[in-house]
Amino acid sequence: MNFDFSDDQKLLKEQVRKFLTDKCPTKVVRRVLDGNETHAEEVWKGLVDLGVPGIGIPEEHGGLGLSPLELCVVAEEVGRAAAPVPFDTSVVLATEALKLAGSDAQKKKWLPELAAGKAIGTLAIAEGPQPPKPRGIRTTFGGGRLNGKKLPVADGEAATFAIVLANTGGQGDRAVSLVLVDLKQAAVAKKRVETIDPARKHAELTFKDAAADLLGSEGEGWRTLERLYDAAAVYFAFAQVGGAEAAMWMARDYALQRQAFGRAIGSYQAIKHKLADCYVKLELARSNAYYGAMMLTEGGADLPLAAAAARIAATDAYDFASKENIQTHGGIGFTWEADTQFHYRRARVMALALGGPMAWKDKLVTRLEQKNVA
Amino acid sequence: MDFNDTPEEAAFRKEVRAWLDANATRKSDDKQSFRARSDDPELLRKAKAWQDKKAKAGYARITWPKEYGGRGGSPILQVIYQQEEANYLVPLGFFDIGLGMCIPTMMAYASPEHLQRYVKPALHGDEVWCQLFSEPAAGSDVAGIRTKAERDGDGWVINGQKVWTSGAHYSDYGIIITRTDPNVPKHQGLTMFFLSMKTPGVEVRPIKQMSGGANFNEVFFTDVRIPDSQRLGKVGEGWKAALTTLMNERLAVGMPSGGLDVDELMELARDTDLEDGPAIRNQQVRSKIADWYVQRQGLKLTRYRTLTALSKGQTPGPESSIIKIVAAPKMQDMGAFAMELMGPAGIMKEEVPHAAGFQAQWIGGAGFRIAGGTDEILRNIVAERVLGMPADVRVDKDVPFNKLK
Repeated sequence: MNFDFSDDQKLLKEQVRKFLTDKCPTKVVRRVLDGNETHAEEVWKGLVDLGVPGIGIPEEHGGLGLSPLELCVVAEEVGRAAAPVPFDTSVVLATEALKLAGSDAQKKKWLPELAAGKAIGTLAIAEGPQPPKPRGIRTTFGGGRLNGKKLPVADGEAATFAIVLANTGGQGDRAVSLVLVDLKQAAVAKKRVETIDPARKHAELTFKDAAADLLGSEGEGWRTLERLYDAAAVYFAFAQVGGAEAAMWMARDYALQRQAFGRAIGSYQAIKHKLADCYVKLELARSNAYYGAMMLTEGGADLPLAAAAARIAATDAYDFASKENIQTHGGIGFTWEADTQFHYRRARVMALALGGPMAWKDKLVTRLEQKNVA
Repeated sequence: MDFNDTPEEAAFRKEVRAWLDANATRKSDDKQSFRARSDDPELLRKAKAWQDKKAKAGYARITWPKEYGGRGGSPILQVIYQQEEANYLVPLGFFDIGLGMCIPTMMAYASPEHLQRYVKPALHGDEVWCQLFSEPAAGSDVAGIRTKAERDGDGWVINGQKVWTSGAHYSDYGIIITRTDPNVPKHQGLTMFFLSMKTPGVEVRPIKQMSGGANFNEVFFTDVRIPDSQRLGKVGEGWKAALTTLMNERLAVGMPSGGLDVDELMELARDTDLEDGPAIRNQQVRSKIADWYVQRQGLKLTRYRTLTALSKGQTPGPESSIIKIVAAPKMQDMGAFAMELMGPAGIMKEEVPHAAGFQAQWIGGAGFRIAGGTDEILRNIVAERVLGMPADVRVDKDVPFNKLK
């Protein structure tokens, strides 16, 4: 039985943790939240120097060629710090999409740039109201030209390219394809959109005859997206576990210090049991996330189920810990000056990004049914 | 990452499997169980025979030192044996408390002569042990026990009552925590002994549980005389001894296995027609199935994390402390929900497939949430030991026991 990360992986985790503790304390998250910058440039640069964007990129494309396990431990630390950097977009979604569906030419062009931190990629799926579905995508792609509007797009302003879900005119869930578009062209307009988490900037991207090319085969967009989301769900789960743990300890520390009715509030069972429940959810999430990581690394047949379970457990753990952190703090926890808001906001952003728990629970049972039939 | 055995573990598993194949019947599926009424004397006889066979082959207590009939093996080997044994139709459960809690306490405190006398018969299943701790007025707060032991010449006289004593009705011996000094605060006035359950003045009365079974008992002590040589630890240091026992309890109380779970719930949901179609297509039903699946997987995988630490010869982290907190309410809630899916017939014992099984979970879950540490006490333990939060304010901590209300 070897259901744990290796010593080397733990060392990498420690290294990233130390870097983020030093360079990305909550005041950096606050700076981005309050300010105008798209992300914390110096933190991102530091992560690039550590090699983070290249972890999952093969050596032939300028990366480190490490396994998903290395990226998982890093994701946990990025989540713990609620770091305002394009990690989930560029390092996870865009990089994984290229690896999954990119042509040799696309990989050759973009992966080395991603690894070196010269390019930031993102994924542009939603188009405002209504959850994205294969039918009803209004952004179109044909004759090498992309037209339409995507929002919200995480890191849309900072990104140098985007992978866009576009209608290519097929039937049913074959109506959509993934399209890679260079954002450094006049046919692309970027506009910031206000969201619940100003520490992770989002944008509206408008394409007017923008030059673009297919990522993967035409009509395969939705299927590729599902596979991409399974991989992303695992990395997100680690980030959510990191965030949930940070929120839990923040609440614990405050509960030890805050006095009420003549005692530390952390001595009351109402608070103790709430935080014990945070721990229970955290460990359920961690265990499910580990299995997701293992399936991702092995390319195991259980990945779709493991990813869904990791996603559901981690979303629950992060939502719960981040909201009960505020509750444990009482009134001070609801102020702008309190650090409690960072995880509360990030937890919701991460919960919705790949589709919420309701959708993933439905997916999980569908996959269980398929497994039982098989 | 993998779930594979090390070469040493794989070799041991192979050896165990070969021995089990030669000595027991393999289950036809993992839901099959030897279970019957645990107060059935025939079952106890079979369990004793199986235990003896195991002990002779050196599998009864793998982690114990060789001098006590163990093999000085690592905890992971013990787990591997149990994993394999769970696939065979053999009667289990009678010796867990004795070998998991009582005898380890004896090993910590009893004289070499007593160990010589008692360990081997316990290991071979000839003698069954029980743990006499809880009382009507002392459950979660076990240090509040009132059963007294008073000096009488070179022995002691015990008077009082214990309750929830699992297996007392078929036990030969027990370890008992008593109050020997009511004039000091409650944790300081306790002393531990062991005694024969056949000692004059010991009376065992089974308690019929809500589930209909009768696994545990009230035990009454009326002028029970025992020699001082049966004392375990120093006078007044019974709490320390009790902690030794309870520490071992965490290792002894495992996860319930073989009960109905998500698979049967899905089967039921497929076969149940709601107004708008099969229940399995209903989003509320799917959402609950998903939640319980995530919990079931989470518990199994959390256990794998603990086993990983054991396999590497490390001390496991605190993650296994979540297991009963999750498993017990899941058992109760899933049972209740499955019954709801069956409609009004969900209350009937026979009509619907799996009805009795889910009802048993719904009933049993109510008990499982209490046994071996209530949901609430377990949350206190997580908060205090894992999260480092303050212990409850104890207004009785410094008050002599006989001055408490």
